[in-house]
Amino acid sequence: MTSVQANEPQRIHPQKFTLWVAMGSIVMMFAGLTSAYIVKKNQSTWLEFELPLVFWYSTGVILLSSITVHLAQKSFKAREMGRYRSLITATAILGVLFMALQVIGFLNLESRNIALVGSKSNSAASFLLVITGLHMAHVLGGVIAILVIVIRAYISRVKHYSSLSIDMVSTYWHFVDILWIYLFIFYNWIG
Amino acid sequence: MSNEAVLHAHATTEVHHDAHGDHHGEHHHHETFITKYVFSQDHKMIAKQFLITGMVWAVLGGLMSVLFRLQLGYPDSTFPWLEDILGKWAAGGKITPEAYYALVTTHGTVLVFFVLTAGLSGTFANFLIPLQVGARDMASPFMNMLSYWFFFAAGIVMLSSLFVETGPFSGGWTAYPPLSALGDASPGSKTGMDLWLISMALFVVSSLLGGLNYIATVLNMRTKGMSMTRLPLTIWALFFTAILGVLSFPVLFSGFILLIFDRNFGTSFYLSDIFINGVGALPNEGGSAILYQHLFWFLGHPEVYIILLPAMGMVSEILSVNSRKPIFGYMAMVGSLFAIAILAFLVWAHHMFVTGLNPFLGSIFVLLTLLIAVPSAIKVFNWLTTLWRGSIRFTPAMLFAIGFVSLFISGGLTGIWLGNSALDIHLHDTYFVVAHFHIVMGVASMFGMFAGIYHWFPKMYGKQLNNTLGYIHFWATIAGAYLIFWPMHYQGLAGMPRRYYDFSAWESFNQFGDLNRFISTVAMVVFAVQILFLFNFFHSIFKGRKLTNPNPWESNTLEWTTPINPGHGNWVGEIPEVHRWAYDYAKDGKEFIPQTTPVGADESQH
Repeated sequence: MTSVQANEPQRIHPQKFTLWVAMGSIVMMFAGLTSAYIVKKNQSTWLEFELPLVFWYSTGVILLSSITVHLAQKSFKAREMGRYRSLITATAILGVLFMALQVIGFLNLESRNIALVGSKSNSAASFLLVITGLHMAHVLGGVIAILVIVIRAYISRVKHYSSLSIDMVSTYWHFVDILWIYLFIFYNWIG
Repeated sequence: MSNEAVLHAHATTEVHHDAHGDHHGEHHHHETFITKYVFSQDHKMIAKQFLITGMVWAVLGGLMSVLFRLQLGYPDSTFPWLEDILGKWAAGGKITPEAYYALVTTHGTVLVFFVLTAGLSGTFANFLIPLQVGARDMASPFMNMLSYWFFFAAGIVMLSSLFVETGPFSGGWTAYPPLSALGDASPGSKTGMDLWLISMALFVVSSLLGGLNYIATVLNMRTKGMSMTRLPLTIWALFFTAILGVLSFPVLFSGFILLIFDRNFGTSFYLSDIFINGVGALPNEGGSAILYQHLFWFLGHPEVYIILLPAMGMVSEILSVNSRKPIFGYMAMVGSLFAIAILAFLVWAHHMFVTGLNPFLGSIFVLLTLLIAVPSAIKVFNWLTTLWRGSIRFTPAMLFAIGFVSLFISGGLTGIWLGNSALDIHLHDTYFVVAHFHIVMGVASMFGMFAGIYHWFPKMYGKQLNNTLGYIHFWATIAGAYLIFWPMHYQGLAGMPRRYYDFSAWESFNQFGDLNRFISTVAMVVFAVQILFLFNFFHSIFKGRKLTNPNPWESNTLEWTTPINPGHGNWVGEIPEVHRWAYDYAKDGKEFIPQTTPVGADESQH
């Protein structure tokens, strides 16, 4: 077997590769939306407003969750399953907390009379809702993925040692983290 | 060795097994009717599902064009039977304006997305990628199955929109706001538009799931010896098609999301200062309808190549096999596919020359658009030089492939006209545009699809299609295609606008009354000939001549090394190893040398 490996270049697992292409696809969607944001901003009647302060906290939370998912992956590979389970659960909880904080951010805007939807809304605020909301949907996808691998591990009677699932979840989780960092920088300093 | 390294090595071994499946052999798992024909994860069955669903939509979409051609050809006549089938949409035997626009819109949406995207690349990417790269199935057969069922669901939703009281969406296949965003603006923009959006969202998901799989399979699942430069051109084309789809459909999706918010949540992304008769002034302010066009055409233009590239790839393969000659300029073919894929993303604004686009910006898009002529000309040159002095076998597939080249040249030349922003002032939204894109994208890709079906039908069903019917189908269709669309160039040059319901009211377009009648008549004949093809297709599945030779076209590619009716897993025993490229025809005095033949010591260099 080792000789075969020596002769052939190591190929990435097809499913991992698929995930990378899918992330490229998601990037295109957000690139489309943030480009639309820039186009729109340069037209008349764009409303300038302060971002909700809570977005700083949510940024901290999602950064923290990236650390926990990384540690979870490491403990899985070190076969410390107890530690792995608590870390992966913490990651999912932080993901939910992140989404809750984003919703608080939206409510904060509404309370400052900056309508996100409806006839009084300005597309500056609507864009914030749509882009952030779509990002939240992707975080939700990550939380569901964690639930799926945790539940599968409980149900399955066979112990399996493949780190494929956790590797993919971890990659995706870092991806939505970086995506949010991009959006946060974009809202604050670029767009 | 650390624990992690052991696990890592374990993972690599797994990959090795997956990629080659040396110990699997052909799968003999028990299959029920449901797992074999309905929720199948076999890429060959999914391909057939895509093909037959695409055919159903092609008949429906084609029938719609016959109906609206009836209105355009015979604007003064009434057809009482129309009222029988369309009810209030053809009150008194005459198609109403609302129904006419709904027919045009649905015809466009269905043909572009359901037939020429899902039906074409869905069918042939699924069928050919694993077979031609030497894989047992796709990277993820389950995702592949989902891709089909999302497409199926999109079709059901679109079909249901035909039956709602206010009718299907009627604002054109591009669904420009504000018309598409405001339910009060037209009957079709009410429930019909909601269903249109749901259907398209499902379709985008289907395309993405499929595209991800195609890319991963081509890059990761090739058999031993199948380097990228040994891939048949079909695979290269389908690979670039998948990349285009994966990068452009999400942008369309974001455009749709903003449209959904404008429709349902009162936002003003696309809407500004609108007054609707009977409703009054709308509160929306500051939106830009042009923004939608940018997002739409950022998909819309790559979409043209998503439709065209699979046809190009299959035509390259079929021309080479049936000329009994290697493809001329293999690397140039790959390079030009690559160039087209890049340029596809840089030319979208040529659909928007007359929207008030900055003329300087327009001139840049003119330049980039005209640059597409370079890779296109390389491809045409290589196809013609592949044919040159070949020992051509005029099979139906070959005829359709040659027909594709003819149509691609005819339609491509008018593209040079339309790519000019100055000429476009006169030509935009006229029948000249209709003629251009129908020939170069619609009919040409249809010909690529027919060529593919005639060529790979024996592999799909283990039967032969009837050749005589195939020849009738080809000659009637190519003659009909030119007779329908060639005259439209003249109409367009004379300024006849597209999407009009009745031209008889205009003195300047009255002169085309006879021509319109002629076009409509030919359209009906050509539609009838397609029914002949469908008869040939379905009859041959059951009653066709059984295939006895596993390689009926004496072709080099891997799919013909499988059994006549391959099971799930494609090859019995090991997947063959590949030793050469796919185009060793007429080499060293040999008629053809399959890719699995090792390179002999006495062979000249390849």
